[in-house]
Amino acid sequence: MLGFRAAILLPLLLLAACGNEQNDPYPARERGQNILYSAFTERPKHLDPARSYAEDESVFTAQIYEPPLQYHYLKRPYVLVPGAAAEVPEPAYFDAAGTPLPADAPQGTIAHSVYEIRIRPGIRYQPHPAFAVDGEGRPVYTDLEPSKLAGIETLGDFARTGTRELTADDYIYQIKRLAHPRLHSPIYGTMAAHIVGLKELGETLQREIGKLPDGAWIDLDRYPLEGVERVDRHTYRIKLIGKYPQFRYWLAMPFFAPVPREADRFYSQPGMAEKNLTLDWYPVGTGPFMLVENNPNSRMVLARNPNFHGETYPCEGEEGDRAAGLLADCGKPLPLIDKAVFTREKESVPYWNKFLQGYYDASGISSDSFDQAVRFDVGGGVQISEEMQAKGIRLLTRVRASTFYMGFNFLDPVVGGRDGVSEARARKLRQALSIAIDQEEFISIFLNGRGIAAMNPLPPGIFGHAEGEAGINPVVYDWKDGKAERKPIAVAKKLLAEAGWPNGRDARTGEPLVLNLDTTSGGMGDKSTLDWLTRQFAKLDIQLVVRSTDFNRFQEKIRKGAVQIYFFGWNADYPDPENFFFLLAGPEGKVASGGENSSNYVNPEYDRLFVEMKDMDNTPQRAEIINRMNRILQEDAPWVFGFHSKSYTLAHAWLHNRKPNDVANNILKYQRIDVAERARLRHEWNAPVVWPLVLIGAVLASVAVPAVLAYRRRERGTARNWR
Amino acid sequence: MLAYIARRLLYAIPILIGVNLITFALFFIVNTPDDMARMQLGVKRVTPEAIEKWKTERGYDKPLFVNGKASGAAMLTDTIFFTKSARMFVGDFGRAEDGRDITREIALRMGPSLAIALPTFVLGLFVTVSFALLLAFFRATYLDFWGVVLCVAMMSISGLFYIIGGQYLISKLWRLVPISGYAAGLDAWKFLILPVAIGVISGIGSSTRWYRTIFLEEIGKDYVRTARAKGLSEITVLFRHVLRNALIPILTGVVVVIPLLFMGSLLTESFFGIPGLGSYTIDAINAQDFAVVRAMVFIGSVLYILGLILTDISYTVVDPRIRFDR
Repeated sequence: MLGFRAAILLPLLLLAACGNEQNDPYPARERGQNILYSAFTERPKHLDPARSYAEDESVFTAQIYEPPLQYHYLKRPYVLVPGAAAEVPEPAYFDAAGTPLPADAPQGTIAHSVYEIRIRPGIRYQPHPAFAVDGEGRPVYTDLEPSKLAGIETLGDFARTGTRELTADDYIYQIKRLAHPRLHSPIYGTMAAHIVGLKELGETLQREIGKLPDGAWIDLDRYPLEGVERVDRHTYRIKLIGKYPQFRYWLAMPFFAPVPREADRFYSQPGMAEKNLTLDWYPVGTGPFMLVENNPNSRMVLARNPNFHGETYPCEGEEGDRAAGLLADCGKPLPLIDKAVFTREKESVPYWNKFLQGYYDASGISSDSFDQAVRFDVGGGVQISEEMQAKGIRLLTRVRASTFYMGFNFLDPVVGGRDGVSEARARKLRQALSIAIDQEEFISIFLNGRGIAAMNPLPPGIFGHAEGEAGINPVVYDWKDGKAERKPIAVAKKLLAEAGWPNGRDARTGEPLVLNLDTTSGGMGDKSTLDWLTRQFAKLDIQLVVRSTDFNRFQEKIRKGAVQIYFFGWNADYPDPENFFFLLAGPEGKVASGGENSSNYVNPEYDRLFVEMKDMDNTPQRAEIINRMNRILQEDAPWVFGFHSKSYTLAHAWLHNRKPNDVANNILKYQRIDVAERARLRHEWNAPVVWPLVLIGAVLASVAVPAVLAYRRRERGTARNWR
Repeated sequence: MLAYIARRLLYAIPILIGVNLITFALFFIVNTPDDMARMQLGVKRVTPEAIEKWKTERGYDKPLFVNGKASGAAMLTDTIFFTKSARMFVGDFGRAEDGRDITREIALRMGPSLAIALPTFVLGLFVTVSFALLLAFFRATYLDFWGVVLCVAMMSISGLFYIIGGQYLISKLWRLVPISGYAAGLDAWKFLILPVAIGVISGIGSSTRWYRTIFLEEIGKDYVRTARAKGLSEITVLFRHVLRNALIPILTGVVVVIPLLFMGSLLTESFFGIPGLGSYTIDAINAQDFAVVRAMVFIGSVLYILGLILTDISYTVVDPRIRFDR
């Protein structure tokens, strides 16, 4: 009986001994520290700035690397400000003879643009073994024999570290790395078309690499790059072909962050890659944080870079920032936290519950938890639920720099206007469908209101986006009573009849109009969405056939132009209209040139305007051209403009300075944690409930007692009782 | 015995080649090397040249099974299948498509998988065998009846329900342990309690019923009656006689899974954030990382074959009448 009591009491005593917050997933030594806790869902594939392009990777890379430029944290529309650079560079223009041209020179006359970037002196790298030197200044960890790596498992196992000042050479080295054949930089193709000599460098390196053993280091300093020039220790120039104003946005991405030659050489030593000691795994930067723990299967930890230079919290923002407390830390040195711990959460349920318990400082809202987190008021406005309010949780929303659409393939005879179906007929069919598919209803039903209906490719916050009557799509909407109102379905039916399919049937043959949607959706979770879409087509008596396929086959069909209708979305690389309009530019045709124009849409006038617009500065003339381009797209309807999604973020009361920002990712340095308040609330929310354990013990006992009694009775009974 | 084991190991070679062939064929029916390249390089701004370069660098530009442009043995060896498969038979799994060493990754992830699987297996076996013996002891009583009803109910519930329900009750409502996560070393205990408990409880229903049936079959035999007639207590009869004689069918199902414990659990590791081999496999499938998928299937096959050999050997241990030598 003593053993039984012990079995019941021991777990209770253990629980009691642990005190409160037994569900705390973090080590006790971290309590009370200035640490931000967050989660990640997908393991980052690449942390090398030449390779990393995915959003879930930039959560880390943007904190570690320092490109020359960055976006102002608070100002909207997004504004570029200096990062490691001393100032935002203004391009200088030259004609083919090398004669300087004025800033307003006609585009056709500009042969080259030159960006001179001056880096602030005194910036230093994070401590790293690649910089470790002995008493005589020689590198400690160069030309290591593989046997010397015997006891080394992680970067932290190297006994010595060092640092050095950031120089212009490091930026030049990284630009050359974009052409490195082994790195497969996703922007090499794009940049080779703009940076003078980058294509040639790529070809040279490709030849050279074939002569070297597998994995051997290539010293990129030995290979000149015509378009990039070192001016002095802290200054370099990049020479571009023609005019390319969007290049400044690229200068705010980790692709153009510095990589020290020593680090590249350090990681190229034999035996390093076998231990996963690569730049792709252990980045080296000058940014506010450095990666001190890298286990992408479970936990990634960023710690304050002790060598980070004196950047301060901004003192200006947009209207309302001061009232929201976003300027309270004006002038304070960054970063405001000591560490950030990212835990991998593959499932939404534990992620959400840990946020509610206070173990994550901020969270998105999954569709499972949406009703628990958010309420809609009578006017359709969004409010945080009472349960969240009681916890002091704030809701932060913002329309993202993205667009989602249903595209028509212009190589298809029916929706594209070929092989007997005139362009005019196909256009009217597309316009009719644009009216019939009720995006507002879709957003309400399937997105919980997390989006706004798109009028053209440009989301709010991007130059050229217009609000109000001027911004509506006149093919699909009327402006009534101060708001956009979708045209009645009768208008769509009339357009369809004019297109030659009255009541959804071919006017000549009487055959029903059947359209095919290729999609990667098709599982049980997508059935309601596809049913809804089928009903939208049925409003016009058009039969929709959903051809579900896996992602690879879908991509293949898109590449070959073997789809009729498809769904796609686009997240902006940078906040410029060019980054949206190029998705419909003729030279970007997917089938013809493998570009991003999956609709294979070609309109010579649109293409002409695009070329004119893309290299312009943000002037009223540019806005006018954008307006004309939008009108062409609205009339031609190569897409059914879907929606621009809204991001919803929940932040605990103790997390300060959080402002949604989906263009810049280097936001960690601005975040501030009220550690004492977090500790207090975590303690309050996480008192363990022990009585169920007692109850379970009692229930087990109530079963065990009659069992024991029955056993004793049997043991004492006669053999006759046994069967 | 040694000759028997050697023979079984030799049988394993064609089996492993066959498994590898099937894995290879299934994978490349669904994914072409182009698909793999696009998955690794991303979908934004990827040029056809970059895809070709990626394929060439990793040897995916070769034909799948037969190289018509080569001559002699190279027709078979200069193919994706041969170059990607041959090294595995000497334990070299190569690199994942993201460049990381697979052997090293497996070694890192084996610990967390075992930390969950081993206690779940041992505790589960102990609990279910004990429970089954208890039901056999109380056969034909209300305890037996309700025990079987409970087992049927428990085996009818989805494993996912146990996980989500367990997380909701124990971690969310009662706040007794973390809802998910993992830590190395001794700090791991608080993360392991819940998944191990859920693993044990979710397995009780089906295992107990199976063992109960085996025990009931044994319990009616003459030697059990003899043992009772000698005046042994029922506990002694059950644990010393019935359990030992019922071990052969139990071992058939149990020993074979022991080596597979290394492979981890796909669902449990995913929901509890355990960085084990189960989640490694799932991640690789999602990322279309053929190198990892192939390595995990190969290791799984090797371990399964090993489990079968161990099962055979265990028969000779529990039943002296069984001998493999002729």
